[in-house]
Amino acid sequence: MARNKDRGTPEVSSGSMADIAFLLLIFFLVTTTIANDKGILMQLPPPPEPDQPEIEFQERNIFKILANSNDQLLVENEPYTKPMSELKEDVKLFVLNFGKPDQKGIDVFNSLPASLKSKARQSPESSDHPNKAVVSFKANRGTSYELYIDVLDAVQEAYNEIYGERVGITAQEFLALDKSKDVELRMYQEARAGIPRAISIAEPDK
Amino acid sequence: MSKFKKKSKASQDIPTAALPDIIFMLLFFFMVTTVMREQEILVKQILPKADQLSKIQKKSLVSHIYIGEPKNIGMFGEEPRIQTNDVFMEPDELTLFVNQEKDKLSEAERDRITMALNIDSEVKMGIVSDVEQTLRKSNARKILYKSLKGVEN
Repeated sequence: MARNKDRGTPEVSSGSMADIAFLLLIFFLVTTTIANDKGILMQLPPPPEPDQPEIEFQERNIFKILANSNDQLLVENEPYTKPMSELKEDVKLFVLNFGKPDQKGIDVFNSLPASLKSKARQSPESSDHPNKAVVSFKANRGTSYELYIDVLDAVQEAYNEIYGERVGITAQEFLALDKSKDVELRMYQEARAGIPRAISIAEPDK
Repeated sequence: MSKFKKKSKASQDIPTAALPDIIFMLLFFFMVTTVMREQEILVKQILPKADQLSKIQKKSLVSHIYIGEPKNIGMFGEEPRIQTNDVFMEPDELTLFVNQEKDKLSEAERDRITMALNIDSEVKMGIVSDVEQTLRKSNARKILYKSLKGVEN
Protein backbone atom coordinates (compact mmCIF):
# COMPACT_ATOMS: atom_id res chain seq x y z
CA MET A 1 0.00 0.00 0.00
CA ALA A 2 2.73 2.37 0.88
CA ARG A 3 4.45 1.74 -2.41
CA ASN A 4 1.36 2.69 -4.29
CA LYS A 5 1.28 6.05 -2.68
CA ASP A 6 4.82 6.74 -3.72
CA ARG A 7 4.11 6.22 -7.40
CA GLY A 8 1.23 8.62 -7.42
CA THR A 9 -1.71 8.19 -9.78
CA PRO A 10 -0.56 6.79 -13.13
CA GLU A 11 -1.48 9.38 -15.71
CA VAL A 12 -0.31 10.21 -19.19
CA SER A 13 0.48 13.86 -19.38
CA SER A 14 -1.77 15.49 -21.94
CA GLY A 15 -0.02 18.82 -21.92
CA SER A 16 1.65 18.19 -25.24
CA MET A 17 -1.49 16.94 -26.92
CA ALA A 18 -2.09 20.35 -28.44
CA ASP A 19 1.44 20.35 -29.86
CA ILE A 20 0.95 16.96 -31.50
CA ALA A 21 -2.38 18.05 -32.91
CA PHE A 22 -0.76 21.23 -34.19
CA LEU A 23 1.89 19.22 -35.97
CA LEU A 24 -0.71 17.08 -37.70
CA LEU A 25 -2.78 20.14 -38.50
CA ILE A 26 0.14 21.86 -40.16
CA PHE A 27 0.89 18.74 -42.18
CA PHE A 28 -2.66 18.61 -43.53
CA LEU A 29 -2.75 22.35 -44.09
CA VAL A 30 0.31 22.10 -46.28
CA THR A 31 -0.76 19.05 -48.25
CA THR A 32 -4.35 20.13 -48.83
CA THR A 33 -5.33 21.30 -52.26
CA ILE A 34 -8.95 22.27 -52.16
CA ALA A 35 -10.25 20.54 -55.26
CA ASN A 36 -11.88 22.89 -57.70
CA ASP A 37 -13.99 21.16 -60.26
CA LYS A 38 -15.23 24.29 -61.89
CA GLY A 39 -15.17 25.35 -65.48
CA ILE A 40 -17.10 26.26 -68.58
CA LEU A 41 -19.51 23.49 -69.51
CA MET A 42 -20.01 22.81 -73.19
CA GLN A 43 -21.87 20.18 -75.15
CA LEU A 44 -20.12 19.00 -78.31
CA PRO A 45 -22.23 18.24 -81.36
CA PRO A 46 -22.70 14.61 -82.39
CA PRO A 47 -20.15 13.28 -84.88
CA PRO A 48 -20.92 14.21 -88.47
CA GLU A 49 -22.74 11.58 -90.48
CA PRO A 50 -21.62 10.96 -94.03
CA ASP A 51 -24.91 11.78 -95.77
CA GLN A 52 -25.92 14.63 -93.54
CA PRO A 53 -27.76 17.35 -95.41
CA GLU A 54 -26.34 20.84 -95.08
CA ILE A 55 -28.53 22.99 -92.93
CA GLU A 56 -29.18 26.32 -94.50
CA PHE A 57 -28.89 29.30 -92.24
CA GLN A 58 -29.59 32.81 -93.25
CA GLU A 59 -26.58 35.05 -92.93
CA ARG A 60 -28.37 37.43 -90.60
CA ASN A 61 -29.14 34.67 -88.11
CA ILE A 62 -25.49 33.85 -87.52
CA PHE A 63 -23.22 35.93 -85.35
CA LYS A 64 -19.79 35.12 -86.66
CA ILE A 65 -16.68 35.31 -84.52
CA LEU A 66 -13.38 34.36 -86.10
CA ALA A 67 -9.99 34.22 -84.45
CA ASN A 68 -6.70 33.95 -86.31
CA SER A 69 -3.35 32.58 -85.24
CA ASN A 70 -2.21 36.02 -84.06
CA ASP A 71 -5.08 36.13 -81.60
CA GLN A 72 -6.90 38.81 -83.58
CA LEU A 73 -10.66 38.72 -83.76
CA LEU A 74 -13.00 39.22 -86.67
CA VAL A 75 -16.56 39.77 -85.51
CA GLU A 76 -19.32 40.01 -88.11
CA ASN A 77 -16.63 40.57 -90.75
CA GLU A 78 -15.13 43.55 -88.92
CA PRO A 79 -11.81 43.52 -87.07
CA TYR A 80 -12.51 43.67 -83.38
CA THR A 81 -10.30 45.32 -80.80
CA LYS A 82 -12.81 46.25 -78.14
CA PRO A 83 -12.72 44.50 -74.76
CA MET A 84 -14.61 41.29 -74.12
CA SER A 85 -17.33 43.05 -72.16
CA GLU A 86 -18.30 44.89 -75.36
CA LEU A 87 -18.43 41.59 -77.23
CA LYS A 88 -20.83 40.33 -74.61
CA GLU A 89 -23.14 43.31 -75.18
CA ASP A 90 -22.99 42.77 -78.94
CA VAL A 91 -24.00 39.14 -78.53
CA LYS A 92 -26.89 40.15 -76.31
CA LEU A 93 -28.09 42.70 -78.85
CA PHE A 94 -27.81 40.10 -81.58
CA VAL A 95 -29.78 37.42 -79.73
CA LEU A 96 -32.51 39.81 -78.62
CA ASN A 97 -32.84 41.58 -81.96
CA PHE A 98 -36.31 40.21 -82.93
CA GLY A 99 -35.96 41.33 -86.55
CA LYS A 100 -38.73 39.18 -88.01
CA PRO A 101 -40.28 37.12 -85.22
CA ASP A 102 -42.81 34.38 -85.93
CA GLN A 103 -45.66 33.68 -83.50
CA LYS A 104 -43.37 31.76 -81.14
CA GLY A 105 -40.86 34.59 -81.23
CA ILE A 106 -43.54 37.13 -80.37
CA ASP A 107 -44.59 34.99 -77.41
CA VAL A 108 -41.01 34.93 -76.19
CA PHE A 109 -40.76 38.68 -76.65
CA ASN A 110 -43.91 39.26 -74.61
CA SER A 111 -42.55 37.15 -71.77
CA LEU A 112 -39.40 39.27 -71.46
CA PRO A 113 -39.01 41.93 -68.77
CA ALA A 114 -38.91 45.54 -69.92
CA SER A 115 -35.14 45.83 -69.55
CA LEU A 116 -34.66 43.09 -72.14
CA LYS A 117 -37.47 44.30 -74.39
CA SER A 118 -35.62 47.58 -74.81
CA LYS A 119 -32.69 45.67 -76.34
CA ALA A 120 -34.78 44.60 -79.33
CA ARG A 121 -33.67 46.87 -82.17
CA GLN A 122 -35.55 44.94 -84.86
CA SER A 123 -32.75 45.54 -87.29
CA PRO A 124 -33.24 43.60 -90.54
CA GLU A 125 -29.53 42.72 -90.67
CA SER A 126 -29.56 40.89 -87.34
CA SER A 127 -31.26 37.77 -86.03
CA ASP A 128 -34.96 37.05 -86.69
CA HIS A 129 -35.69 35.87 -83.18
CA PRO A 130 -33.74 34.15 -80.38
CA ASN A 131 -34.86 30.69 -81.43
CA LYS A 132 -33.08 31.09 -84.75
CA ALA A 133 -30.02 33.00 -83.58
CA VAL A 134 -26.74 31.10 -83.62
CA VAL A 135 -23.42 32.35 -82.32
CA SER A 136 -20.70 30.77 -84.37
CA PHE A 137 -17.13 30.79 -83.15
CA LYS A 138 -14.31 29.55 -85.30
CA ALA A 139 -10.72 29.53 -84.16
CA ASN A 140 -7.52 28.82 -86.01
CA ARG A 141 -5.25 25.97 -85.01
CA GLY A 142 -2.73 28.59 -83.92
CA THR A 143 -5.14 30.58 -81.75
CA SER A 144 -4.16 30.51 -78.11
CA TYR A 145 -6.38 28.60 -75.74
CA GLU A 146 -6.50 31.64 -73.49
CA LEU A 147 -8.25 33.76 -76.12
CA TYR A 148 -10.57 30.87 -76.95
CA ILE A 149 -11.68 30.67 -73.32
CA ASP A 150 -12.03 34.46 -73.12
CA VAL A 151 -14.37 34.57 -76.10
CA LEU A 152 -16.32 31.51 -74.97
CA ASP A 153 -16.66 33.06 -71.54
CA ALA A 154 -18.00 36.31 -73.01
CA VAL A 155 -20.59 34.51 -75.14
CA GLN A 156 -21.67 32.33 -72.24
CA GLU A 157 -21.95 35.40 -70.05
CA ALA A 158 -24.22 37.08 -72.61
CA TYR A 159 -26.59 34.12 -72.57
CA ASN A 160 -26.44 33.70 -68.80
CA GLU A 161 -27.23 37.38 -68.27
CA ILE A 162 -30.25 37.12 -70.56
CA TYR A 163 -31.45 34.01 -68.75
CA GLY A 164 -30.83 35.54 -65.36
CA GLU A 165 -32.56 38.78 -66.20
CA ARG A 166 -35.67 36.93 -67.39
CA VAL A 167 -36.24 35.53 -63.93
CA GLY A 168 -34.79 38.50 -62.05
CA ILE A 169 -31.43 37.12 -60.91
CA THR A 170 -27.82 37.76 -61.90
CA ALA A 171 -25.81 35.61 -64.27
CA GLN A 172 -23.86 34.11 -61.39
CA GLU A 173 -27.02 33.24 -59.52
CA PHE A 174 -28.38 31.64 -62.66
CA LEU A 175 -25.29 29.46 -62.95
CA ALA A 176 -25.60 28.43 -59.34
CA LEU A 177 -29.20 27.21 -59.71
CA ASP A 178 -29.46 23.72 -58.27
CA LYS A 179 -31.51 21.68 -60.71
CA SER A 180 -32.26 18.98 -58.17
CA LYS A 181 -34.51 21.39 -56.32
CA ASP A 182 -38.01 21.82 -57.68
CA VAL A 183 -38.29 25.57 -57.33
CA GLU A 184 -34.90 26.26 -58.87
CA LEU A 185 -35.49 23.80 -61.69
CA ARG A 186 -38.70 25.58 -62.61
CA MET A 187 -36.88 28.91 -62.54
CA TYR A 188 -34.19 27.44 -64.80
CA GLN A 189 -36.72 26.11 -67.29
CA GLU A 190 -38.60 29.37 -67.32
CA ALA A 191 -35.39 31.25 -68.05
CA ARG A 192 -34.34 28.91 -70.83
CA ALA A 193 -37.75 28.62 -72.55
CA GLY A 194 -37.69 29.83 -76.13
CA ILE A 195 -34.08 31.04 -76.08
CA PRO A 196 -31.74 28.14 -76.80
CA ARG A 197 -28.07 28.53 -75.97
CA ALA A 198 -26.96 28.09 -79.54
CA ILE A 199 -23.19 28.34 -79.55
CA SER A 200 -21.56 26.64 -82.46
CA ILE A 201 -17.87 25.88 -82.27
CA ALA A 202 -16.63 25.27 -85.78
CA GLU A 203 -13.70 23.02 -86.52
CA PRO A 204 -10.61 25.21 -86.83
CA ASP A 205 -8.75 25.86 -90.05
CA LYS A 206 -5.50 24.13 -90.67
CA MET B 1 -6.24 54.87 -8.03
CA SER B 2 -6.82 52.28 -5.37
CA LYS B 3 -10.38 51.81 -6.51
CA PHE B 4 -9.25 50.69 -9.92
CA LYS B 5 -6.54 48.42 -8.60
CA LYS B 6 -8.96 46.42 -6.58
CA LYS B 7 -11.05 45.62 -9.57
CA SER B 8 -8.25 44.23 -11.72
CA LYS B 9 -7.62 41.30 -9.49
CA ALA B 10 -9.15 38.80 -11.92
CA SER B 11 -6.64 36.45 -13.47
CA GLN B 12 -5.24 37.70 -16.74
CA ASP B 13 -4.43 34.49 -18.61
CA ILE B 14 -6.82 32.95 -21.09
CA PRO B 15 -7.81 29.39 -20.21
CA THR B 16 -6.08 27.07 -22.68
CA ALA B 17 -7.72 23.86 -21.62
CA ALA B 18 -9.98 23.83 -24.68
CA LEU B 19 -7.14 24.54 -27.08
CA PRO B 20 -6.50 20.90 -28.04
CA ASP B 21 -10.18 20.47 -28.81
CA ILE B 22 -10.18 23.45 -31.12
CA ILE B 23 -7.04 22.26 -32.85
CA PHE B 24 -8.49 18.79 -33.24
CA MET B 25 -11.61 20.24 -34.80
CA LEU B 26 -9.52 22.08 -37.37
CA LEU B 27 -7.42 18.97 -37.88
CA PHE B 28 -10.47 16.85 -38.62
CA PHE B 29 -11.76 19.44 -41.04
CA PHE B 30 -8.56 19.38 -43.04
CA MET B 31 -8.28 15.60 -42.84
CA VAL B 32 -11.74 15.21 -44.29
CA THR B 33 -11.35 17.79 -47.05
CA THR B 34 -7.91 16.65 -48.15
CA VAL B 35 -7.79 14.74 -51.37
CA MET B 36 -4.51 13.01 -51.81
CA ARG B 37 -3.41 13.38 -55.38
CA GLU B 38 -3.31 9.90 -56.85
CA GLN B 39 -1.53 10.84 -60.01
CA GLU B 40 1.40 12.99 -60.81
CA ILE B 41 0.76 15.64 -63.41
CA LEU B 42 3.51 15.61 -65.97
CA VAL B 43 2.51 18.72 -67.89
CA LYS B 44 2.49 22.39 -67.05
CA GLN B 45 -0.83 23.55 -65.70
CA ILE B 46 -1.63 27.22 -65.56
CA LEU B 47 -5.36 27.24 -66.09
CA PRO B 48 -7.00 30.19 -67.85
CA LYS B 49 -9.23 32.58 -65.98
CA ALA B 50 -12.93 32.85 -66.70
CA ASP B 51 -16.05 34.18 -65.08
CA GLN B 52 -18.97 31.97 -66.07
CA LEU B 53 -18.09 28.82 -64.21
CA SER B 54 -20.42 25.95 -63.55
CA LYS B 55 -19.87 23.47 -60.80
CA ILE B 56 -20.07 19.77 -61.44
CA GLN B 57 -22.95 18.19 -59.59
CA LYS B 58 -21.61 14.66 -59.47
CA LYS B 59 -17.89 14.15 -59.17
CA SER B 60 -17.86 10.46 -60.00
CA LEU B 61 -18.90 11.26 -63.55
CA VAL B 62 -15.83 13.34 -64.25
CA SER B 63 -12.69 12.14 -66.00
CA HIS B 64 -9.67 14.34 -66.32
CA ILE B 65 -7.53 15.01 -69.35
CA TYR B 66 -4.46 17.20 -68.98
CA ILE B 67 -2.91 19.06 -71.86
CA GLY B 68 0.18 21.21 -71.72
CA GLU B 69 3.88 21.49 -72.30
CA PRO B 70 5.71 18.63 -70.54
CA LYS B 71 7.49 19.63 -67.35
CA ASN B 72 10.44 17.46 -68.29
CA ILE B 73 11.38 19.11 -71.57
CA GLY B 74 14.60 17.14 -71.93
CA MET B 75 12.74 13.86 -72.03
CA PHE B 76 9.47 14.64 -73.76
CA GLY B 77 10.17 17.70 -75.89
CA GLU B 78 8.52 21.10 -75.91
CA GLU B 79 5.39 20.25 -77.85
CA PRO B 80 2.18 20.20 -75.79
CA ARG B 81 1.17 16.65 -74.87
CA ILE B 82 -1.99 14.98 -73.65
CA GLN B 83 -1.89 13.21 -70.33
CA THR B 84 -4.50 10.82 -68.96
CA ASN B 85 -3.91 8.90 -65.76
CA ASP B 86 -0.12 8.57 -65.76
CA VAL B 87 0.72 8.31 -69.42
CA PHE B 88 1.03 10.53 -72.45
CA MET B 89 -1.35 9.84 -75.31
CA GLU B 90 -1.89 10.77 -78.90
CA PRO B 91 -5.23 12.43 -79.68
CA ASP B 92 -6.62 9.39 -81.51
CA GLU B 93 -5.78 7.07 -78.65
CA LEU B 94 -8.22 8.90 -76.42
CA THR B 95 -11.12 6.72 -77.56
CA LEU B 96 -9.61 3.88 -75.57
CA PHE B 97 -9.32 6.07 -72.50
CA VAL B 98 -12.91 7.24 -72.83
CA ASN B 99 -14.14 3.65 -73.08
CA GLN B 100 -12.13 2.65 -70.02
CA GLU B 101 -13.62 5.52 -68.05
CA LYS B 102 -17.10 4.64 -69.24
CA ASP B 103 -16.66 1.04 -68.13
CA LYS B 104 -16.11 2.27 -64.60
CA LEU B 105 -19.58 3.80 -64.53
CA SER B 106 -22.90 2.04 -64.33
CA GLU B 107 -24.92 1.49 -67.49
CA ALA B 108 -27.32 4.34 -66.82
CA GLU B 109 -24.64 6.90 -66.13
CA ARG B 110 -22.44 6.23 -69.12
CA ASP B 111 -24.02 8.85 -71.31
CA ARG B 112 -23.60 11.50 -68.66
CA ILE B 113 -19.82 11.20 -68.44
CA THR B 114 -18.11 14.59 -68.35
CA MET B 115 -14.61 15.07 -69.63
CA ALA B 116 -12.78 17.78 -67.73
CA LEU B 117 -10.15 19.35 -69.96
CA ASN B 118 -7.34 20.79 -67.88
CA ILE B 119 -5.55 22.80 -70.50
CA ASP B 120 -2.62 25.09 -69.93
CA SER B 121 -3.36 28.60 -71.13
CA GLU B 122 -0.30 28.66 -73.40
CA VAL B 123 -1.49 25.74 -75.50
CA LYS B 124 -2.62 26.44 -79.06
CA MET B 125 -6.05 25.45 -80.30
CA GLY B 126 -4.78 22.80 -82.75
CA ILE B 127 -4.28 20.03 -80.23
CA VAL B 128 -7.39 21.06 -78.30
CA SER B 129 -9.59 20.65 -81.36
CA ASP B 130 -8.00 17.29 -82.17
CA VAL B 131 -9.00 16.14 -78.71
CA GLU B 132 -12.50 17.52 -79.15
CA GLN B 133 -12.96 15.72 -82.45
CA THR B 134 -11.93 12.42 -80.86
CA LEU B 135 -14.29 12.99 -77.95
CA ARG B 136 -17.10 13.65 -80.39
CA LYS B 137 -16.42 10.38 -82.17
CA SER B 138 -16.18 8.42 -78.94
CA ASN B 139 -19.47 9.88 -77.76
CA ALA B 140 -18.24 11.68 -74.68
CA ARG B 141 -19.72 14.98 -75.70
CA LYS B 142 -20.11 16.72 -72.39
CA ILE B 143 -16.94 18.64 -71.73
CA LEU B 144 -15.80 21.06 -69.10
CA TYR B 145 -13.05 23.55 -69.80
CA LYS B 146 -11.50 23.73 -66.37
CA SER B 147 -10.70 27.29 -65.44
CA LEU B 148 -10.13 29.44 -62.44
CA LYS B 149 -12.38 32.12 -61.12
CA GLY B 150 -11.04 35.51 -62.04
CA VAL B 151 -11.82 38.69 -63.87
CA GLU B 152 -10.66 38.62 -67.44
CA ASN B 153 -8.06 41.17 -68.38
